[in-house]
Amino acid sequence: MRVAAVLLLLALVGGGPALAVNPSEQLDDPALEARARDLSKELRCLVCQNQSIDESDADLAKDLRLLVRERLVAGDSDEAVLTYLTDRYGAFVRLRPPVTASTIALWITPIVVTLIALFSAIVYLRGRREGAREGDKLSDEEERALAELMAAREARE
Amino acid sequence: MLNEIGHYALVLALGVSLVQALVPLAGLRLGDLRLMAVGSSAAVAAFLLVALAFAALTVAYVRSDFSVLNVFENSHSAKPLIYKISGVWGNHEGSVLLWILILTLFGLLVATLGRNIAASLRAATVAVQGVIATAFLLFILVTSNPFARIVPPPFDGQDLNPLLQDIGLAIHPPLLYLGYVGFSIVFAFAVAALIEGRIDAAWARWVRPWTLLSWIFLTLGIAMGSYWAYYELGWGGWWFWDPVENASFMPWLAGTALLHSAAVMEKRDALKVWTVLLALITFSLSLLGTFLVRSGVLTSVHAFASDPTRGLFILGILAFFIGGSFLLFALRAGSLKAGGAFAPISREGALVLNNVFLTTACVTVLVGTLYPLVLETVTGQKISVGPPFFNMTFIPLMVPLFVAVPFGTLFAWKRGDMAAAAQRLMAGAALALVAGAVSAWLAGRETGLTAALGFTLGTWLVLGAFAEVLYRTASASSLKVRLRRLAGLPRATWGSALGHLGLGLTVLGIVSLAVFETETIADMGPGDTVSIAGYELRLDRASEVVGPNYRDAVAHFSVTRNGRPVTQMAPARRYYPVREMPTTEAAIKTFGLTQLYVTLGEAHEGKVVVRLFHKPLVLLIWIGALVAALGGTLSLCDRRLRIGLPAPARRASSAARGQPASQGEGA
Repeated sequence: MRVAAVLLLLALVGGGPALAVNPSEQLDDPALEARARDLSKELRCLVCQNQSIDESDADLAKDLRLLVRERLVAGDSDEAVLTYLTDRYGAFVRLRPPVTASTIALWITPIVVTLIALFSAIVYLRGRREGAREGDKLSDEEERALAELMAAREARE
Repeated sequence: MLNEIGHYALVLALGVSLVQALVPLAGLRLGDLRLMAVGSSAAVAAFLLVALAFAALTVAYVRSDFSVLNVFENSHSAKPLIYKISGVWGNHEGSVLLWILILTLFGLLVATLGRNIAASLRAATVAVQGVIATAFLLFILVTSNPFARIVPPPFDGQDLNPLLQDIGLAIHPPLLYLGYVGFSIVFAFAVAALIEGRIDAAWARWVRPWTLLSWIFLTLGIAMGSYWAYYELGWGGWWFWDPVENASFMPWLAGTALLHSAAVMEKRDALKVWTVLLALITFSLSLLGTFLVRSGVLTSVHAFASDPTRGLFILGILAFFIGGSFLLFALRAGSLKAGGAFAPISREGALVLNNVFLTTACVTVLVGTLYPLVLETVTGQKISVGPPFFNMTFIPLMVPLFVAVPFGTLFAWKRGDMAAAAQRLMAGAALALVAGAVSAWLAGRETGLTAALGFTLGTWLVLGAFAEVLYRTASASSLKVRLRRLAGLPRATWGSALGHLGLGLTVLGIVSLAVFETETIADMGPGDTVSIAGYELRLDRASEVVGPNYRDAVAHFSVTRNGRPVTQMAPARRYYPVREMPTTEAAIKTFGLTQLYVTLGEAHEGKVVVRLFHKPLVLLIWIGALVAALGGTLSLCDRRLRIGLPAPARRASSAARGQPASQGEGA
């Protein structure tokens, strides 16, 4: 049969697991499955190039997806699942690096830079405002020049 | 023979670039106008020589000349012609050559179009361009010669990476490089100004069109790359915070900030030091991006080439230009005088706020991208910094910025009126809050908060963009007068409004996808049906299609809605025998702004895994980018900004009216 032949071809072409999250992996409990999907987006496929296990079609990603679901079914909290995987695979598996001594700078930098930038902007804007006040008033010299100009204009008219 | 000519042309281009770099500088020192003018001729010659080399490589690809190593490694005689041509830059050597081609193209443009720029400034700018070209020509000749031969030549090539055999490769890199490399002109202008020690509003007027041009291309390039990843990689994501994406996003953020600060400098002669610094930073980030991608230091979906010697060479280039320009900045910035004064609540003040958030966001992306590399180099510790980190740090920085945008556009220069702006935006704010509330209600509890925030902000930006043009004509007595006044608004005003409108549309698309996307995964055999978002998909049959250098296993679906046939969809698994690599070919059907997206997975026991997505309003993400780019183009056409018309705004427009139209064209 042609259809069967083509499906066989599909199988050959696929050459192995091909897509992230197969139906066979999914949990029956939709709430648990949703948690598993969310957790999968936080975990890196260790053999891939910058993909989460939710997106990856690698064998290892599949194993990790099953492992996450296994832990959830066993009653682990989300945090416990992440800790479980970090203990086994290291911090590399976490796409959101946990705050530790070596990642504290990573997490703090955005906050510090935002504060510095806001502070500098405020200082700058205050400086400009001082200027604005001075700028509103003309200096004596400018007043004189203006008076001359006005006088000249009136004389013309 | 042609290959040797191409190689030789590159060597000559190196010599010419050295002349372009050194002679005008000598001219500046000696005050000799003839020596300064040499730079322009050299820039033209450099472009022609690099173009010749590029043409030679293209011919080698089209002819499938497998005696050239680069062609052998990245092409195949059976590959379709379009991919033979785009394949020229689908590899390390070729893409560096494209980079240099575009660099020299910009050198040519500034040398020939910038006739009205002060001779000394132009000479210095052309010379700095020459220095950059010299560095990259050395790089390509020493480490990445595209014309290297192999003896004996093999019968056929190894084909191009199948993921790259797509129309996306023909468009994405040239656009991206036009943006990336275009900022080199802005950089050169900044360095030239520092060398000269003089900088004023006229400088900003010359620099803005180049910034705008680069920004437009970079915007289009990033959007194109995003759409390419969306349909080609097969899981329907549109942005991955991948280091290579970040590499192009950082110059975009800095360039966007530059666009805004240059406006302040041009109009009000303020923010000078900062604008010059941003010009240096923007191109430095382009160089950093080039380093990240071309050195192979990253292992990401994009890194197809890697070789450490190249990495060190580019790192040297990076250190030279960033270090050199920043040193010059440190020495000379003190001599730049601060300009016009303004109140904190003013257009200038709002643009300063814009710069605060855009540069902070840029630093955040920079730190997130480099942190794992630096940490691994220093301590050997491997960590991942992925999308959850970037979403968590980047989005909070965008929220206050987006809230501020419509206010900023309504403020006057020098001193704005907060109460008046707030009053004008009241209706918009109310509508935006309603949009947020409705979408939160539709989204339900889990994603309700995201929906509320996102739809409110997106709608707010869109309405703010309308307010931006409408309130400039609010005093009109009749509709007719108003329409005439709207049409008469400066194109730069329309450009700015369209830019902000595009931003709002993109935000709406992103949030809609994040909140309302639905996904179904099913094992399907012939005759099975599955439903998603009101559509029923039936797997009718499967077939095999043989392409020029691949074969497809196609699944045919008929799509119905409420029992009525709607369309057919045919996703496929594609197999490239030369590279022994499978790819997924997603089937995508568009309904208005919404898309249905189907991909195939593994097949076993007569069934195939089918993954279906319903992506509401997804097209807004890229339409927003197109609208913003269109806004940029309109701004570029503004009389005031035409390259070669450096006179002040009023005089420039009256002059342009009195003269033939050809006078200021060319941007």
